[in-house]
Amino acid sequence: MKNLLTLKKYFLKYKTKLFLGIVFILISNSMTVILPILLKDAIDELQRNTTSAILLKYAGLIVGTSIVGGIFRYSIRQTIIVVSREIEYDLRGDFWSHIQKLPLRYFQNNSTGNIMSHATNDINAIRSFIGPAVMYSIDTSIRLLIVVAIMMSMNFSLTIYALLPLPFLSYGVYRVGKLIHEKYVKIQENFSQLTTRAQENFSGIRVIKSFVREENEIKRWRELSKEFLRKNMNLIRIQAMITPILTVITGISIIVVIWIGGGKVINGEMSLGEIAAFVAYLSILIWPVIAFGWVMNIIQQAEASMKRLNKIFSEPYEIDDSEKTDLSIKELKGEIEFNNVSFRYSDNLPKVLNNINLKIPIGSTLAVIGHTGSGKTSLINLIPRLYDVTDGEVKIDGKNVKEIPLDILRTNIAVVQQESFLFSDTVNGNLSYGLRTIDIDKVKEVSRIANFDKDVETFTKGYETMVGERGITFSGGQKQRASLARALAADPKILILDDSFSAVDTQTEERILKNLKEFMKNRTSIIISHRISTVKDADNIIVIHNETIAEQGTHNELVALNGIYADLHYKQLLEKELEELN
Amino acid sequence: MTEKTQEEEILGKAYDSRLMKRLLVYIKPYKKYVILAILLNIFVAAFGPLRPFLTKIAIDDYILNSNYNGLKIIALLLFASLILQAIIQYFLTYYTQYLGQRTLYDIRTQIFEHIQKLALKYFDRTPIGRIVTRATNDVESLNELFSSGIVMVFSDIFIIIWILVFMFSMDIPLSLVTLSVLPVLIYGTFLFRKKVRETYRDVRFHLARLNSYMQEHVTGMSVVQIFRKEKDEFKKFSNINADHRDANIRSIFYYAIFFPTVELLSSIAIALIIWYGGGEVIQGAVKLGDLFAFIQFTEMFFRPIRDLSEKYNILQTSMASSERIFKLLDNQTFIKDPEEPVKLNGVKGDIQFKDVWFAYDDDNYVLKNINFSIKPGEVVAIVGHTGAGKSTLINILTRFYDIRKGSILLDGIDIRQINKKDLRKYISIVLQDVFLFSGTIESNINMDNDEISIEQVISAAKTVGADKFISNLPNKYQEEVKERGATLSVGQKQLISFTRALAYDPKILILDEATSSIDTEAENLIKSAIEKLLIGRTAIVIAHRLSTIQNADKIIVLHKGEIREIGNHQELLAKRGIYYKLYQLQYKDQEIIKTI
Repeated sequence: MKNLLTLKKYFLKYKTKLFLGIVFILISNSMTVILPILLKDAIDELQRNTTSAILLKYAGLIVGTSIVGGIFRYSIRQTIIVVSREIEYDLRGDFWSHIQKLPLRYFQNNSTGNIMSHATNDINAIRSFIGPAVMYSIDTSIRLLIVVAIMMSMNFSLTIYALLPLPFLSYGVYRVGKLIHEKYVKIQENFSQLTTRAQENFSGIRVIKSFVREENEIKRWRELSKEFLRKNMNLIRIQAMITPILTVITGISIIVVIWIGGGKVINGEMSLGEIAAFVAYLSILIWPVIAFGWVMNIIQQAEASMKRLNKIFSEPYEIDDSEKTDLSIKELKGEIEFNNVSFRYSDNLPKVLNNINLKIPIGSTLAVIGHTGSGKTSLINLIPRLYDVTDGEVKIDGKNVKEIPLDILRTNIAVVQQESFLFSDTVNGNLSYGLRTIDIDKVKEVSRIANFDKDVETFTKGYETMVGERGITFSGGQKQRASLARALAADPKILILDDSFSAVDTQTEERILKNLKEFMKNRTSIIISHRISTVKDADNIIVIHNETIAEQGTHNELVALNGIYADLHYKQLLEKELEELN
Repeated sequence: MTEKTQEEEILGKAYDSRLMKRLLVYIKPYKKYVILAILLNIFVAAFGPLRPFLTKIAIDDYILNSNYNGLKIIALLLFASLILQAIIQYFLTYYTQYLGQRTLYDIRTQIFEHIQKLALKYFDRTPIGRIVTRATNDVESLNELFSSGIVMVFSDIFIIIWILVFMFSMDIPLSLVTLSVLPVLIYGTFLFRKKVRETYRDVRFHLARLNSYMQEHVTGMSVVQIFRKEKDEFKKFSNINADHRDANIRSIFYYAIFFPTVELLSSIAIALIIWYGGGEVIQGAVKLGDLFAFIQFTEMFFRPIRDLSEKYNILQTSMASSERIFKLLDNQTFIKDPEEPVKLNGVKGDIQFKDVWFAYDDDNYVLKNINFSIKPGEVVAIVGHTGAGKSTLINILTRFYDIRKGSILLDGIDIRQINKKDLRKYISIVLQDVFLFSGTIESNINMDNDEISIEQVISAAKTVGADKFISNLPNKYQEEVKERGATLSVGQKQLISFTRALAYDPKILILDEATSSIDTEAENLIKSAIEKLLIGRTAIVIAHRLSTIQNADKIIVLHKGEIREIGNHQELLAKRGIYYKLYQLQYKDQEIIKTI
């Protein structure tokens, strides 16, 4: 229960509504317990030669209490269950606002599926606890107390006999519920094995077909499928007990009442009406007793889920403004400096960057070249503080980036990432992502620079076309150009292009670079690329190799150096020749 | 709004008798058992209503007549009926669920078998995730239909019928009075189901929106953070989150109103029994025990009616999935085996390509007019720039795809005259991107083929030089291989795939060489492994290693789908054509390393 205490603040927020809910539970229960008494009186009246007017009175009272009870029963759901949805909303909101602030590192170490499972399954388990569990446990306790008191006042010993089976029922439901949950988890595991196997088979279908192993794969699938069948039957073996258990235990209670109670009627200890009332009370009690066992399970599951959520809530933000932040910084000019910068992703991993020293003057263009995995992306990620350096410092305008307010830092830097990511929104919405308000003129202007305007013209709804899952699918090149336009629209002081032209053909690339020249005046820019054609005009080119800067200079200087850059240059010329050959 | 209608299409698939007929075919093997289960259900349905009837007897005949022994007998009868009902009910539930699970098992294997037969073309066009869903989730969503749907409908209907039988046998006018609330109950329940279905659809829609927002933004979190949009995004998120909450709160309304209404209806029935029935008791037309029984009957109607109303939902969900499943089963993208195949009894390994043309789709030919021949035991290297059509050449030789024009001959027989199984028995492929399955090292080498003994596996591993690293693993050949071989290095994976090919001892070997690895030690191992692999076989190699090319009997230069040059290394270099350029681009560096 320790973890569930986290929920206290949410409960307090809705204390009025919850209090009302409890009052409604009291009122509705006091109505519910009247009905058996009315029944008792009516039946006892019948044995005393009553009139049909009196019968009508009882009938009216029965319907009347039921109406009043119903109204309050309605109100219980409208308060307590509604509150559970409100708290679910608050909790999910807090969860999301926390997730958003976690560093990139967190998202690289945790799969999207995993995070999603917390946001859906865990929050859901807690919601079930807040709503149904809280409602039924209060309802059950109150009802149990009142009903048992009334029954005892009618006949003490019969009450004991009749209620004797019910704790077993409650405990049975609890145990069976627990078992079902365990078996269910096993089934889920097996199901994901099935999914993995299918995934593996379909991905490796070429190998399977070329070694003619289809029959064998089918055999293995049958075996796994059989295992799944077996696990399901394990669950069913337990699940099938529920209805019979309920039937037997509740049935026994009623038989006890009729048998022992009947004996008491014969002895004259009780009236027939009281027997009727007992039977009616038992049927009122059965559901709460079942719910009680069921609620115990919900609480346990909610506790486990809350524990997982609390773990996420305790994840540190790592990268955030701190007391070192200099709030007087309101804008950036764009001079970048790396001083003895080293970086590794975690303590037990080797360094990706080692002792990097670099200066990028305002308004200049730096190009970065290097093999895949040489650390180019890691280098630029340090500037907007997507990661923080391990050693050394990154400075902008002479200030350590850790001292610059994150708002100022990131709004002044635009990064076009290697993997273009667009949201499922309109083209317009995507391109104006970095703007405070949507500005269609600006969007059109940056589309032109990124050579994306011609593409948009071919879409039927132009800039209002939906992108992504529920809209049109962009080609790789279109995605890259759209992301470029999005970055340009943000009007950054520092523009970083991380291999942003890889899916764009060379002619288009040349056109974009020409357009960019004008845009990049007075802005500092960094271009990462594999292509010599992209970087050759940069003011300064660095080659990253073995975690450090291996070569540095302009295109001509580097070609003359006859090293890594020159080799790459030569090969790309050859490739171009081959491509043009018909 | 378009989103909403899409969602509705998915959920709102109406009952379709054509689909239902096809689904029922699956329970045919179990027909006898299903009928037995239904009959048993009809029998056991009588036990519930029997007990109020016995109660009536207990009251009227024994309690009111002060007959304690009679009361005891009735109590024992009640108890016996209770136990009997519970036992039958348990086995019946277990049994019907078992039949359902069996049926699902049958469907699941049938789908998988069908998928195994589909041509590569299908896998090229269909996302893997979608195929996986057909074999797993779609089958699961038929669960309720098969495990409870079909049989339990009879149970629900017969419970109602039995109650009516008992009621009318006791007192017809009182039955009619009591039943007067039934139409309202039935109408209310079905109306409730309908409303809940609608709100459920609404909730589902908002939940899908919420989940896809979170999914999308977790994936694109770096963009959010780079643009510093956390605050704006949170506002957006809160709106979606609120819509989801409100949809749920709207659905609470129906539950809040429905359950009290059911209670009210049952109270009205009880009131009617007291008022009308009580009146009859006064006149002596009805006994007191009848009132007891009728009051109990009123509570029994609700469950079967509610269950019946749920059956419609079960039908709906199963319709949508079954349609997708049948669509897959109807897909006939096969590479057909010949009707009268030529039997192969050993293969010499003579291969001829005659005027071969191939396109993956329409008229975009990726191979044009390919002509060449390979003599038994010859090693041929295929070289070419990216997109020259090298991999396609491999694909058509093993009939992963059938060619458009021309013919490919193996020992003079058109490969389309040979069963695919036979053909592939003589040809092994080693792909550049090594695919390892989860299992053991051994099972990845012999591909779970019992005909290949562990001795053969070890001997093949020794030949290619894989034995050394495998012996160093804690469990040697029984070492577990994780999905996709995650724990092994690239070089190790390649050696395993060489061993795999060698263990099958093919007459013809197709090798798609991986671009040389950086690690020189591994490189040397792989180089010598390849040399051993090629001895005594007809081989086609998509070459990335200078040594392989130099050792080849013949080099075929492909460029943009056509053969441009054929010859050996020296001849082609002297030509100063495409090969010369490729050599400079891809192979020359390897020479430098060698000389150093």
